[in-house]
Amino acid sequence: MSDMITLKDVQKAFGDQSRSNVIDIGELTVRKGEFLCVVGQSGCGKSTLLNLIAGFLRPDSGVITLAGSRVEGPSADCIQMFQEYGLLPWRTVEQNIGFGLEIMKTEHAQRVEKVRQLINLVGLTGSEKLRPNELSGGMRQRVALARALAVEPKVLLMDEPFGALDSLTRLNLQIEIERIWAMTGKTIVWVTHSIDEAISLGDRVIVLSGQPGKIVATFEVDLPRPRIVADQRAVDLKMAILDVFGIHAINQPALLKTAN
Amino acid sequence: MAEPSASEADDTQAKASQMKRLAGILLPTLPILILLAVWYCAVRFGWVAAFLLPSPVAVFSSLLIMIMDGSLWMHASASLVRVGIGFSLATLTAIPIGLLLGQFAIAGRAFGPLVELMRTISPISWIPLAILWFGIGDNPAIFILFMASVFPLIISTRNAVVQTDPILLRVAANMGASPLQTILNVTLPASIPYIFVGMRISLGICWVVVVAAEMAGLRSGLGYLILDGRNLLRSDIVIAGMIAIGLIGLVLDLAMTIAARQLARYGYLKVT
Repeated sequence: MSDMITLKDVQKAFGDQSRSNVIDIGELTVRKGEFLCVVGQSGCGKSTLLNLIAGFLRPDSGVITLAGSRVEGPSADCIQMFQEYGLLPWRTVEQNIGFGLEIMKTEHAQRVEKVRQLINLVGLTGSEKLRPNELSGGMRQRVALARALAVEPKVLLMDEPFGALDSLTRLNLQIEIERIWAMTGKTIVWVTHSIDEAISLGDRVIVLSGQPGKIVATFEVDLPRPRIVADQRAVDLKMAILDVFGIHAINQPALLKTAN
Repeated sequence: MAEPSASEADDTQAKASQMKRLAGILLPTLPILILLAVWYCAVRFGWVAAFLLPSPVAVFSSLLIMIMDGSLWMHASASLVRVGIGFSLATLTAIPIGLLLGQFAIAGRAFGPLVELMRTISPISWIPLAILWFGIGDNPAIFILFMASVFPLIISTRNAVVQTDPILLRVAANMGASPLQTILNVTLPASIPYIFVGMRISLGICWVVVVAAEMAGLRSGLGYLILDGRNLLRSDIVIAGMIAIGLIGLVLDLAMTIAARQLARYGYLKVT
């Protein structure tokens, strides 16, 4: 498999002497079609990492490439999705999904057809004419996903996409995203602070930690899909990841609490 | 069978909501009635001289006469047309300028203070120059109304643009939107509710200012009606004109509020 995203000696700091929100990635490669999960505590630079890959931020030093060419700014090859959905509240579901295609001046008939297919793919049939404020959180994120897929990006960058959803909706959407990923073969970089989510979705899980935020551990998740989080191998993996965060006694709730 | 039946419960509930609605109408009506009563008594019992303050009966009968003979409508429509033209020109000018000042930070920093300065100049103070530049007639009044509303509207549009949800702007940038595409597809629709608040305020200002503008050499309009009433020593006409101005102003404001609610229904942010 070829490389889709590469980072080499990338550093980024904000402010003058500020030590917060700093990131320092020696080397990171994401393979084409890989599902990479990034876990870490709040403020470790996960979002900064995504913003750098998306081109919304420029690194202070180092090189980032996407599909072989250097990232110079935002591009539709690499679409970012947010916990807050980022839907246009005055547009209906289908108009939101067609937004990127409108920007790219895709021909009307082609756009309509593509939007229809995507509505099918993400399971929103029947909701085409609704507006975001009439949708549940899960449905909104489906719209955002369809809108992202519409412009046929090579990479999807997901910043805690399910962070605002209840746990059942979240599980449901995890299954959906895995199915859509398998169908479309997109490369996905998925930021989360849920280790369970990272283990059930990722081909690989990297742990970001410290100030400046560095990749402190990498885990290949070599488990058959769809995964069951209660599987002993998944549990072992979770223990190993928690170990990185210094949480050793998973079965002692009191200790867990202080660690959080 | 101590439990009240469903229909009884419905009945009490309906009665309660009816009472609430009644109170909602009565509560604001009461102070108006008290004002009218005090006014009436003040004139009736000679607390103030009738030529200074005519009785409400005299005022409302003049109002009625002016409604019947069509003169009130003639003056009101003259004022409304001037406000309509001045306000529309101001809106068409202010929204594009406000969008540009909001979208491009440099332009905002450059022109923002100038607009703020212009806004603080009372629109009435433009009257001498308006007459000098545009002569006598509708044009100076329209110019004054334009000056009265264009600056507040530029400012509210600019503020609306600046407040656009940054995530929406990032989504547009991610899709590769040009500045024009971003303005048309994101910034402008996102700003509409706030622009609307600005329009409502500006229209209110226009309606206040038109009266003053019409006192400067015009032969029609509610402002002229009031001035004419004063010249004839007819305080009843003056007050009738004032009441007409107040009521029409309320209707204009209500129309803007209804329009804003309509926009909110189409998914634009809620306007209060």
